[in-house]
Amino acid sequence: MTDTAVAHFVLRAGGLSTRVQRRSLTVGVVLAAVTAALAVTALGLGDLRLTPAEVVTALLDPSGGIEGTVVVDWRLPRVLGAVVFGAALGVSGAVFQSLTRNPLASPDVIGLTSGSYAGGLIAIILFGAGAGSLPVAAGSIAGGLGAAALVYALAYRRGIQGFRLIVVGIAVSAVFAALSTYLLLRTRVEIAMTASIWGTGSLTSVGWAQLGPAVAVIVASSLVLALLARPMRQLELGDDSARALGTSVERSRLSLVAFAVALTAAVTAVAGPIAFVSLAAPQIARRLTRSAGVPLATSAVVGAAGLLGSDLVAQHVLPTPLPVGVVTVVVGGIYLVGLLIHEARRLP
Amino acid sequence: MTLEKTAPVAVPPRRRRVGPIVALSVLLGATIASVMIGSNHVDPPDIWRALTAYDGSATDRIIVDLRIPRTAAVIVVGIGVGLAGALIQALTRNPLGDPGILGVNAGASLFVTVGVAFGAATPLDYLPLAFLGALVVIAAVGIIGSAGRGGPDPVRLTLSGAALSAVFLGITTGLTLLDPVTFAHLRSWTAGSVVERGWDVVLPVIPFVAIGVAIALAASRSLTMLGLGDDLARSLGTRPVLVRILSIAAITLLAGSATAVAGPIGFLGLAVPHVARWLVGPDQKRIFVLTMVLAPAFLLLSDIVARVVLWPAEVPVGVVTAFLGAPVLIVLVRRARASTL
Repeated sequence: MTDTAVAHFVLRAGGLSTRVQRRSLTVGVVLAAVTAALAVTALGLGDLRLTPAEVVTALLDPSGGIEGTVVVDWRLPRVLGAVVFGAALGVSGAVFQSLTRNPLASPDVIGLTSGSYAGGLIAIILFGAGAGSLPVAAGSIAGGLGAAALVYALAYRRGIQGFRLIVVGIAVSAVFAALSTYLLLRTRVEIAMTASIWGTGSLTSVGWAQLGPAVAVIVASSLVLALLARPMRQLELGDDSARALGTSVERSRLSLVAFAVALTAAVTAVAGPIAFVSLAAPQIARRLTRSAGVPLATSAVVGAAGLLGSDLVAQHVLPTPLPVGVVTVVVGGIYLVGLLIHEARRLP
Repeated sequence: MTLEKTAPVAVPPRRRRVGPIVALSVLLGATIASVMIGSNHVDPPDIWRALTAYDGSATDRIIVDLRIPRTAAVIVVGIGVGLAGALIQALTRNPLGDPGILGVNAGASLFVTVGVAFGAATPLDYLPLAFLGALVVIAAVGIIGSAGRGGPDPVRLTLSGAALSAVFLGITTGLTLLDPVTFAHLRSWTAGSVVERGWDVVLPVIPFVAIGVAIALAASRSLTMLGLGDDLARSLGTRPVLVRILSIAAITLLAGSATAVAGPIGFLGLAVPHVARWLVGPDQKRIFVLTMVLAPAFLLLSDIVARVVLWPAEVPVGVVTAFLGAPVLIVLVRRARASTL
C-alpha cells in the first residue's frame, strides 16, 4: 500500500468538495475518450461517408456546406441522444442498485421502464402527441412513478427483500407490457406504427426538437442526484447507520427514487424502453473501478459508451438498421445470464 | 432461499368431490361459449343447423371452419401449457414454475422464427423446431438455475428464465424487423394468438400432446414420491434420474406443441396447477388430470375475453393470460416466508 497517499485526489469548488479515486479518474478519462472516438465514427458513417478530420471540420464550422448540414443537423442529435440517454440510464440503474443493494434491481428489470412506456403510450393515444413531446414526457414520468409505487407496495411485506422486489417487478412488468399491447391494438394504425417503433427502443426519431426538453430533465435530475450521492452512500451502510450519521433516511430515499425514475422516464419518453443498459452499466463500472459501492459518474460514462456503441452496431454493422433496443436487449440479456451464474456461485 | 411448500393439510372431502365436477362444467360451458361468441353474431339455431346440416353458407363456414377448429386449438394449447406448468412445478418443486416465465415458450418461438428465415412455412415444419427450442431452454435454465450450491432455486430459475426470455424475444424481434415480408404472417403468432388456427394446424400436434400427456400421467406417481425428497423416493422404488428425463421429455413435447400452434403464451401454466392442488391435494396424478380440465377452460375464457374486449377486433390471447396471470405470480411470491425470501 505504498501509493495510498496518491490513490485519490480531492476536488474543491467553493463550499463543495469531493474525493476522486485515481483509478476512477483513469477509467473515466479512458471511457470518455472511447465515447468521443465512437461519436466521431458515428458522425462519419452513413450514406455520406466522412473521415474523422472532415467530421471535426464540420463540427467546428457547421455552416460549411452539405457536410455541416449532415453532421450537425441530422447525425449529431442522434449521437448526442445516445450519449446523454446512455449516461442517464447508467445513473438511474446505479441509484436503484445502490438503494436495493441488489445488482439485479435495475429499473428495466423491475418494471419501471415498461410502466413509463405504458404511461407514454396513453399520452400518445389521448393527446395524439409524438414521441419526445411534453405530454408524452409527463405520461412517461407518471407511468414510471406509478410503476415504482406499485412494485414497492406489492413487494412490501414486513420490509422490502431484494428478490421478492425483483419477482414482483417481473410480474408488474408483464402486466404493463400486456396493457401496452392492448392499447396499441385499439388505436388507429398510423399511431400504432409510430408507437411500436418507439416501443422497441429506437434513436431513429431523435432530432434537436425532441432532444432539448429531455436533456434539460436529465441534466437537472443528474445534478440533484450528484448532491444526493453522499446520503446514498450512507444508505448503503443500512438505515440505522445512515440515521446515526445524520441522514434523513426516508426523505433521501424518496428523492433518490423520484429523480432516478425521472431519468429513466425522460429517456423512455424520447427513445422508448431501451432494455438492460441500466442493468449492465453500473455493474461494469463497479468492476472497472474496483469500488465497493456502485459508482455514479463511472456508470454514466459506461452507459454513454455502451448505448452509443450499441447504436453503431444497430445502425451500421447489421445488414438492415435495427432499433438499438434490440441490440441492448440481446447483449444485456446475455450479461444478465452471466451475472446470475456469477451470483449463484458466490452465494451459499 | 426456499419458498413455502403447500401445506400438507388434508383437502376437505367435499371440495375434493365437488371441485372436479365444477371444473368439468366450466370447461363444457366455456367450450360452448367459445363456439357461440365471436366477431360475427350467429344465432343459436343457426349454429345448430351448421353443425347438423352443413351446406357451405357463410354462417356455416364461420362455425364449422373457423370457430370449432379454433376452440379445438385453444383446448390443445391449454392442455399443453397447463400440464407443462404442472410438470415443471412438480419436477423442480418450484411454485413459480411456468413454461412462459421460464422462457421455454420464448425459446421455442425463437427457433421457429429462425426456421422461418430458412424456409419453414407450415406448422409441421414449426413442430420439430419448437421442440428443439423448448429443450435447449429447459437445459439452459436448469443449468443456470442450479449453478450454485444447494440445487435449483425457484427465484434464480425465475430470473434466469426472464433473462433468457428477454434475449430470445429480442433476437426474435430483430429477425422479424430485418425481413418484414417473410415474417408478416408470424407477427400475430409471436404475440401468442390463436386467430385463424384451422384443423391443418391443430391435427398434426395432437399426437405429440397425447404422448406428452401419457408420459406425464405415467410419471405422476413417481413425481409425487420425489416430492418427499430423492432419498425417500429412491427407497420407495423410484428412479429419480429416469423420472426427471421422462418429465423433461414431456415438458418439451407439451410446451413445444403449444408454442408451435399459438406462439408464446405466458402465465397460464403458473396459476392453474395451484388451483388444481388447492382442489385435490398433493397427489400429482390428480393435479395433472384436473390441470388438463382447468387449463383449457381458463384459456377458452381468456380467448373469449380476447375476442370481446376490442370487438369486432381482437387482442392476442397471450395478452389476456399475462394480464390475468401475472398477479398470481405476485400473490405466490408474497406468500413465501419473509425470513427466507
